[in-house]
Amino acid sequence: MSAAASLPDETGAAAAEAPLLSVRDLTLHIPVPPHVLRAVDGVSFDLRRGETLGLVGESGSGKTLTALMLMRLLEPPLAALPKGEVLLDGTDLMALDEKRMSALRGRTVSMVFQEPMTSLNPVMTVGRQIAEPLVRHLGLSSREAAARAEEMLRLVHIPDPARVARAYPHLLSGGMRQRAMIAIALACRPAVLVADEPTTALDVTVQAQILELLAELQREMGSAILLITHDLAVIAETAHRVAVMYAGRIVEEAPVAALFAAPRHPYTRGLLASIPKIERVPAPTLPEIPGMVPGAGDRPRGCAFMPRCARAVSGCAAEPPPLAETDPGHRVACWNPANG
Amino acid sequence: MADPLLKVSGLEVHFPIRSPFLRQRVGTVRAVDGVDLEVGRGETLALVGESGCGKTTTGKAILRLIDPTGGSIRFGGEEIAQHGPSRLAPFRRRMQIVFQDPYASLNPRMTVGGILAAPYEIHRIGTTADRHARVAELLRTVGLPPEAARRYPHEFSGGQRQRIGIARALALEPELIIGDEPVSALDVSIQAQVINLMKRLQAERGLAYIMISHNLAVVSHVADRVAVMYLGRVVETAPRETLFFDARHPYTQALLSAVPEPVPGRRRARQVLQGDVPSPAKPPKGCHFHPRCPIAQPRCAEEVPLPRVVAPGHAVACHLAAP
Repeated sequence: MSAAASLPDETGAAAAEAPLLSVRDLTLHIPVPPHVLRAVDGVSFDLRRGETLGLVGESGSGKTLTALMLMRLLEPPLAALPKGEVLLDGTDLMALDEKRMSALRGRTVSMVFQEPMTSLNPVMTVGRQIAEPLVRHLGLSSREAAARAEEMLRLVHIPDPARVARAYPHLLSGGMRQRAMIAIALACRPAVLVADEPTTALDVTVQAQILELLAELQREMGSAILLITHDLAVIAETAHRVAVMYAGRIVEEAPVAALFAAPRHPYTRGLLASIPKIERVPAPTLPEIPGMVPGAGDRPRGCAFMPRCARAVSGCAAEPPPLAETDPGHRVACWNPANG
Repeated sequence: MADPLLKVSGLEVHFPIRSPFLRQRVGTVRAVDGVDLEVGRGETLALVGESGCGKTTTGKAILRLIDPTGGSIRFGGEEIAQHGPSRLAPFRRRMQIVFQDPYASLNPRMTVGGILAAPYEIHRIGTTADRHARVAELLRTVGLPPEAARRYPHEFSGGQRQRIGIARALALEPELIIGDEPVSALDVSIQAQVINLMKRLQAERGLAYIMISHNLAVVSHVADRVAVMYLGRVVETAPRETLFFDARHPYTQALLSAVPEPVPGRRRARQVLQGDVPSPAKPPKGCHFHPRCPIAQPRCAEEVPLPRVVAPGHAVACHLAAP
């Protein structure tokens, strides 16, 4: 399991080194005769230590499937379909057998889900759910693990951790459950945390608490975070880099400031323009993106955004544009990108 | 407000908590606990707050889909809080609702034409031919082709279904539409389409809206006035710009500071509220917000703050808010 299994304690000066996680050409084509649903279509990105990459997209863009493939959590019959590589410190997770993968899952790569109520085990106390990976992966005794579980609950700012450790999930509020799930995911100090819409089910004041918590724990543990969300405002506040997905592909990737200040893909521009912002004098109408996202079964042959795109040119229908670097660290998949 | 379309005073919706064995009343959930609201003709009032604050229950009580346990609802000058079904019938035409979930609020076994004709059938309006014409007109109004009438809800996307829900609400030409999180389930790019549609319909038809939402950025684009609810009570009411840029209630201020901004690096100094919203079955004494309030004083735990007018159209229920 090489160096991937443990995380260095120092986190600074990490950005320049080789990526911790490198996803290459990740693909999920689902045959549904007579069609093939191209749910995820050649997704590539890198994630460095201590970095948060925001993966943003609308429903059906393939962002959650990307996460599930990366965690090797797709169930049969889908489990056999993914193609591509997920290199974690040089080890290809896609090539591991389930036994070796489950030794990494929860220890080196961990995941937080959107719906804490359906992801926590309702018949196991919160404390035991946090202790379980500690016993399993780190070989702690059950007493040591129970003590660590309480410590984790304290770390995620749960008041009265001893009491909460003995409680069942249904007794906790939505925000507390999400904290408990973060405590489980981070118990073994994973190198990579995948968070799929971790605050979408929560109220804004609780969302603010959870986002602060994730940032604080990242500073402390140096984990890399893949933050999946449909909410560009959450991305703006928490991510270092952003990848925008549309119809199964990454259409633009850039450092967060560059993406918001100078988006180049027409879809990214449309998406940013259509978010309502709190302003003294709001525009009488919000900019819209016309039409709707094509289904995974009826995507155009060329660029999937072409039917909704105001900048479409003749070549767009023929071939999907490759993700090409336009400025250092800024990649765009468009035959006619806007100037930033 | 002179002659508002809707005037709600002291509205209460209390649900009994009964013991499972003897059916004895063992407590009360004060879902709505003395709410005052006014909506003028052609105006949009936004009702905002977090889950469990009572905003949806308030909306349903105004429509008389839930019976209020106290208070007054005057619609077009007539008191309707105690009306029985037959006296309510004419008011049902004048007030409609658009629900949050466009997947759950349309009958999957009916064609869209059938769904849109149902209000006319229930209220016995027009001949079959008239109804066909009206359905086609409704579809055109919300930007759908007339052929949509022959199709079923599952054949449409979320945004299109919400257009169908809006068309149904418009069928009887109501004066007031309550939108209960009408765009919350939609993707951002589709959200803008539906918001623009609702604003256009309002301008064309002089509709009044009550927009129930937890999304403050959406509210800032549609509201003329905003009422903020916390644990069954309205804590602040103000014109749109005042509420977003000169809020006086500490809860409103905390709520606004929690809204993430889609601008990297412009993160405001955030007041992160501690703890959770208490249960409406056991609300704190005095001001409901005092256990989480950063500026609470001893009297806040004892006395319920009454709404105080601090400027024209701006009322704050806080002992400590500056006048």
